[in-house]
Amino acid sequence: MKWLMVATIVACTVLADLLQSFEMKRNEVAVEDLRPGRLAGFLRNLARRGPLVLAVFFMAISFFAFMKLLSIADLSFAVPVTAATVVIETLLARLVLKETVSPLRWAGAFCVACGVALLAV
Amino acid sequence: MAAGRVVAEQAAPHTVRRVDLKVKLLTAVVVLTNVLGNFSLSWGMKHPAAPLKDSPLAYIQMIFTPWVLLGITLLILWLLSRMTLLSWADLSFVLPVTSIGYVLTAFLGKYFFAEQITWQRWLGTLAIMLGMILVGLTKPNTTAREEGAR
Repeated sequence: MKWLMVATIVACTVLADLLQSFEMKRNEVAVEDLRPGRLAGFLRNLARRGPLVLAVFFMAISFFAFMKLLSIADLSFAVPVTAATVVIETLLARLVLKETVSPLRWAGAFCVACGVALLAV
Repeated sequence: MAAGRVVAEQAAPHTVRRVDLKVKLLTAVVVLTNVLGNFSLSWGMKHPAAPLKDSPLAYIQMIFTPWVLLGITLLILWLLSRMTLLSWADLSFVLPVTSIGYVLTAFLGKYFFAEQITWQRWLGTLAIMLGMILVGLTKPNTTAREEGAR
């Protein structure tokens, strides 16, 4: 059960972030869209975009799976799982989203993943 | 997609600076809304007005308590600001630079929930800061932008 929850959290977090990044890059948000008068239109626009709705759905599954994991495993086990997603998502950002991941960025992602794992010790 | 590729070096210096500034400002908003949202949620769950009963109705009532409601509002703002940030910067940039939130959460835990910070946690904090600095030295956006997109 524990590893099933871990797999669910990792898979859903990765899918949610990839979907969000892919969809948001297709139409860049203008700073003007964030003004109070245009905020309602901005939110309507986001809610109409299928990949974003799907991303929120995956985030919700990941959240509830995390709550379940916390009820059956230690926090010191559950938190490093989120650190693993940093490395997996960086890899998929390179392969799927075709981002240019320089050695500096790889090193940074690795440091962050190690750091998050250490915070949970 | 390759036809519409945006190369940062080709942009005018003042445009690059403007992009950098808005990315930095929004990164700060993403981190703060996440940290404060999680803190409010945690505070509200740990300090309920009445002992929490083990029923779905009790959890729904809990949502409408001030701290939990504030936490949820801040986390909705976090979601929206993070989506906006992802339209301006790479996923492989956003993930590490917003990880400072883990560190700030640890500090809030120490001061408000009297949690212990061990030497491993200090080491973890240093590793995250180093990772953030390394990724912060790279360009926020390296991917193609479709032609016609704003």
